[in-house]
Amino acid sequence: MPLIEFSDKGLYCRKGNFYIDPWMPVDKAIITHAHSDHARRGSKYYLCHHFTKPLLQLRLGDNVYESVDWNEPVFMNGVIVSLHPAGHIIGSAQIRVEYKGEVWVASGDYKTENDGISGAFEPVSCNTFITESTFGLPIYKWKKQAAIFEDIKNWVAQNKENKKTSVLVAYSLGKAQRVLQPLSEMGLPLFVHGAVWNVHQTLINSGWQLPGVQRVLPDTPKNDLVGNIVIAPPSAEGTPWMKKFYPYSIGVCSGWMQVRGNARRRNTDAGFALSDHADWEGLLQAVKATAAQKVLATHGFQAAFSRYLNEQGIEAGELKTAYGGEEEINGVDG
Amino acid sequence: MKQFATLVNILATSTKTTDKLQALQHYFAVAADKDKVWVIAIFSGRRPKRIINSTILQKWCIETIGITQWLFDECYHTVGDLAETISLLLPEPEIPNKDTSEHSLSYYLETFIRIEKEAESVKKQFITDTWQQMDRREIFVFNKLITGGFRIGVSQKMMVNALAKTVSISPSIIAHRISGHWDAATTLFDNLLSENVAAADFSKPYPFYLSYAVEEDLKSLAEENQWQAEWKWDGIRGQLIKRNNDFFVWSRGEELLTEKFPEYNDFKNLLPEGTVIDGEIISLAAPVEEGVFKPLPFAALQTRIGRKHLTKKQLTEAPVGFIAYDLLEYMGEDIRYKSMTERRNLLEQIIAQTNHPVLHISPVIQFESWEKLRNIRTTSRDTGSEGIMLKRKNSPYQVGRKRGDWWKWKIDPLTIDAVMIYAQKGHGRRSNLYTDYTFAVKDGDKLVSFTKAYSGLTDKEFAQVDAFVKRNSIEKFGPVRTVKPELVFEIAFEGIAASKRHKSGVALRFPRMNRWRQDKKPTDINTLDDLKEMLKNYAPTP
Repeated sequence: MPLIEFSDKGLYCRKGNFYIDPWMPVDKAIITHAHSDHARRGSKYYLCHHFTKPLLQLRLGDNVYESVDWNEPVFMNGVIVSLHPAGHIIGSAQIRVEYKGEVWVASGDYKTENDGISGAFEPVSCNTFITESTFGLPIYKWKKQAAIFEDIKNWVAQNKENKKTSVLVAYSLGKAQRVLQPLSEMGLPLFVHGAVWNVHQTLINSGWQLPGVQRVLPDTPKNDLVGNIVIAPPSAEGTPWMKKFYPYSIGVCSGWMQVRGNARRRNTDAGFALSDHADWEGLLQAVKATAAQKVLATHGFQAAFSRYLNEQGIEAGELKTAYGGEEEINGVDG
Repeated sequence: MKQFATLVNILATSTKTTDKLQALQHYFAVAADKDKVWVIAIFSGRRPKRIINSTILQKWCIETIGITQWLFDECYHTVGDLAETISLLLPEPEIPNKDTSEHSLSYYLETFIRIEKEAESVKKQFITDTWQQMDRREIFVFNKLITGGFRIGVSQKMMVNALAKTVSISPSIIAHRISGHWDAATTLFDNLLSENVAAADFSKPYPFYLSYAVEEDLKSLAEENQWQAEWKWDGIRGQLIKRNNDFFVWSRGEELLTEKFPEYNDFKNLLPEGTVIDGEIISLAAPVEEGVFKPLPFAALQTRIGRKHLTKKQLTEAPVGFIAYDLLEYMGEDIRYKSMTERRNLLEQIIAQTNHPVLHISPVIQFESWEKLRNIRTTSRDTGSEGIMLKRKNSPYQVGRKRGDWWKWKIDPLTIDAVMIYAQKGHGRRSNLYTDYTFAVKDGDKLVSFTKAYSGLTDKEFAQVDAFVKRNSIEKFGPVRTVKPELVFEIAFEGIAASKRHKSGVALRFPRMNRWRQDKKPTDINTLDDLKEMLKNYAPTP
């Protein structure tokens, strides 16, 4: 019996009787991070990192939550569980599970580049590594964050010159916070959509230092917006809410923007391949750093990625999960 | 090259026509003359010959980066564009080489021409060296120049409009001057646009006048007697040109096809000097009674075009005729400004004088009322046509696709309900999205594939089908996914013909998805017998 098995409710540790990021209600859920395809409603008990707890409260409401620090062991029926930084978004964790000397790590979503706010990805040695593979093809090679921020700033400056508002589409939890710091350096007023605002307030109330933003309200004067910056979640794209910003230019921050066709399909004016997931090199680096004897790939190009690993002499297989909803495949949570 | 890469980047990513026009105008205002000529050539389908095929280009990329073929293929199927795939896979130099960034567009294209006949190793050296010196955007553009197919949302019309604005000449004049046969490597920008030089090139066709589909209410077209109706034939639009005692056949795609149709050879002597006829190149079964044609399936005509050398067999199996629609030049004079009635009279004269068994005039359909014409239209399929053309009698011959004077009124397509069984990722803006499907009909308890279709769904529907494919694929490697046969679509098509190449024994013309039948189950689809019945009723008989 493997330490973690795949069930119709999610990744399940029979020995410790808990699930990792279950997609159905269960008794005990360990949550890697607060994105909606990983943190779902209805479970009786949630275990997560301290940083994630307020975000789960925001998104899932009142429940039984327990939170822990990085690398703080929790014992569950003889199984030792601990959380380690995944670098994906604030509070994102890899879950380390140990029983009788055998170690499994479920990565959740991760990226290997340190973005300055999501924590630095920590390679954790293990026997079996369950890895995401959202961008598991060698065409996905990210530019350095600093260079992408430079591109975004140039785009904003260009729009300002053309008297257009820059509407930057970024996932409300994660990318929206990530782009704030560089954007705030431009000295322009920063406006945000309500969904971004809610996450922002939650984080500030939990003690995070973030640049100041203003919420777009029905009575926000149009003139205040012209030439400035609005951060909006993908769900706002193409809705009447956008009308207020006209004339505007729309830019999308997503790893999927790496390929021109995706940007064209979304009818976006500018695409920035800024991702909270590891690129091809990042995935390989992470896999190797774990020194795992067996790798299970989920969530993306798992077939290609696991085949490649096998060819490299690393035993790998595919794991079918329900992570990465329709939204995420080709969506913005890249 | 930077300048051109920037232009292509704007053209390929911008969502607004005005931005694209502006970018082109800007380019035509600032670029070197030589580069401008090449841009005109590229966006009017006059690229230099491919120096290598895409398989070899792939191979060199694979060698350069050291990955396996299957992984390259996975990437290619996801990106949906070879030039882009290679540009994403190659390592980007830390600091792009300054010297090469200053090489212009014409430098690269002219190098292609220079090394075209050289050994493969010379080409390899040039291409792989260039890859090392460029940034990702430039590599993409460079690869596009090699692979051809610059399909980035810029039509020839848009390029012509931008050029017209920059040089202050009307678009229709530009369209004519840049038509015909010219060589970008040896043509000077000023000469290309100058009147005298253009006039000297006597092979040049006129830009074709194209129609829009008729809008719902025919009554908006006003009086019936202001209109001439003709059948709409399904071949290749073409122009026959007799000038300077020489003869040329041009297709609408501005390809010179003179050599492909020996049936027309006699026209060189028979047509009067200074004649340009617009019409349809079409495969017709003999014998032809005047006005009653028996068109062969379009596929027959296709066998004639792709070949360098025509065999006797092809000439007998797919004999070609010409159905004349219009006269554009008469006794050396451009008469496009005259009314259609006047042009038609002259055309009838010329066809009668020429009196050749493969040169026909497009018959005029007599009708007293729109109602009557509506009935006549339902018989289009029996006449072997795909509907009716309406042309305003007092209209001039215009340039390009214009509303108002010409309308096409096609018959409703044939339809059949089928289930999707295979899916493949699309190209361009459909990259990484399953949008190319194969469909099957029932044959007893088996499914028989009979057509592919790529179009007809909304973006939202494509996204839903894509999600279905991703969740329900049975086999996973390679580009094609075998999909659980569950989704039913109504497939519409313009024609059906017998085919030995397809398992089902039929080939469809212009198949597309008319509707996603979410109300139907796979058990409700049509059968192979239904298809065979359609073949019996609608297929052209050779």
